[in-house]
Amino acid sequence: MADATPLAASPLPPGTEAPDFTLHSAPDQTVSLRDYRGQPVILAFYPADWSPVCGDQMALYNEVLSEFAGYGAQLFGISVDGAWCHRAFADQRKLRFPLLADFEPKGAVARRYGAYRDGDGFSERALFVIDGEGIIRWSYVSPVDVNPGADGILRALDAVAGERTPA
Amino acid sequence: MTKRAAAAALTLPVGTRDHIQGPADAAVTLVEYGDYECPHCGRAYPIIKAIQQQMGRRLRFVYRNFPLRESHPHAQHAAEAAEAAGAQGKFWEMHDRLFERQFALDGEYLIEYAGDLGLDVARFRKELGSGVYEPRVREDFRSGVTSGVNGTPTFFINGVRHDDSWELEPLLAALEEAIPA
Repeated sequence: MADATPLAASPLPPGTEAPDFTLHSAPDQTVSLRDYRGQPVILAFYPADWSPVCGDQMALYNEVLSEFAGYGAQLFGISVDGAWCHRAFADQRKLRFPLLADFEPKGAVARRYGAYRDGDGFSERALFVIDGEGIIRWSYVSPVDVNPGADGILRALDAVAGERTPA
Repeated sequence: MTKRAAAAALTLPVGTRDHIQGPADAAVTLVEYGDYECPHCGRAYPIIKAIQQQMGRRLRFVYRNFPLRESHPHAQHAAEAAEAAGAQGKFWEMHDRLFERQFALDGEYLIEYAGDLGLDVARFRKELGSGVYEPRVREDFRSGVTSGVNGTPTFFINGVRHDDSWELEPLLAALEEAIPA
């Protein structure tokens, strides 16, 4: 393993069009971002299934799903783990939202979002809130060992929802 | 990339809706977001008691609910039980009982505790059964999420999230440090 310090990734900033992708959400199923136009989407990139901090982060999101649903938002967890690994992880943690496999080519979606850690071979703990028009409205990269929580996501969803309110 | 530039802060200030121990003009306020079925909260419970004893009236302590319903099947109901007891003036008695009896939080135990505490059990049972305090617990939970509570227990000292250890000595030191000179 090289000892070069990975460069901190720079996530796509607000105002950028969210790159479209199609990833496996299950061994026999795929999800395309474009199919979620018209509703907010939360992308939560995380380094790996099974590592303790990620577990806590995904467990928190599982608890907060009803808050996200209040905004009509769809949450996806994304890591470089394969679909079978995701399935085992989601089953064990009883996760009720899809985990997408950024597996082949490895980390390609994370790279396009500026959320890949080259030296490490996995993604940053990066969050994106995308509005109904497919525009990134908020992005955040947390230190890899720190659970970024859900407060930033909720504030961003609030801002997106606020604009939709008719004058 | 620095760690969170600004520490997370309470979005819902301590107010009349809260369950509070200690004087309103105490030198320092400690808010806990907890879950009655969470083993870590169970371990924090005697630590908080010890800190309250040591700091006396210099400390105001507030408890808010953050039940992790997906991991702890009894947590939501237990939180509502404490609120139901609170409606009859016995919040802290029930709070203590639940942490001391974390291993027994099934519905029938909750009713038993209500009886032990001398509550109107019929009213308690009815309110618990119809989810009267569900919205209140949800409101606590939401205020926690928006304040940056990521797990339990999470503490706030004078409204700022305490990210260091909550073992007795470091937590006590942090509270003392937060007292204006």
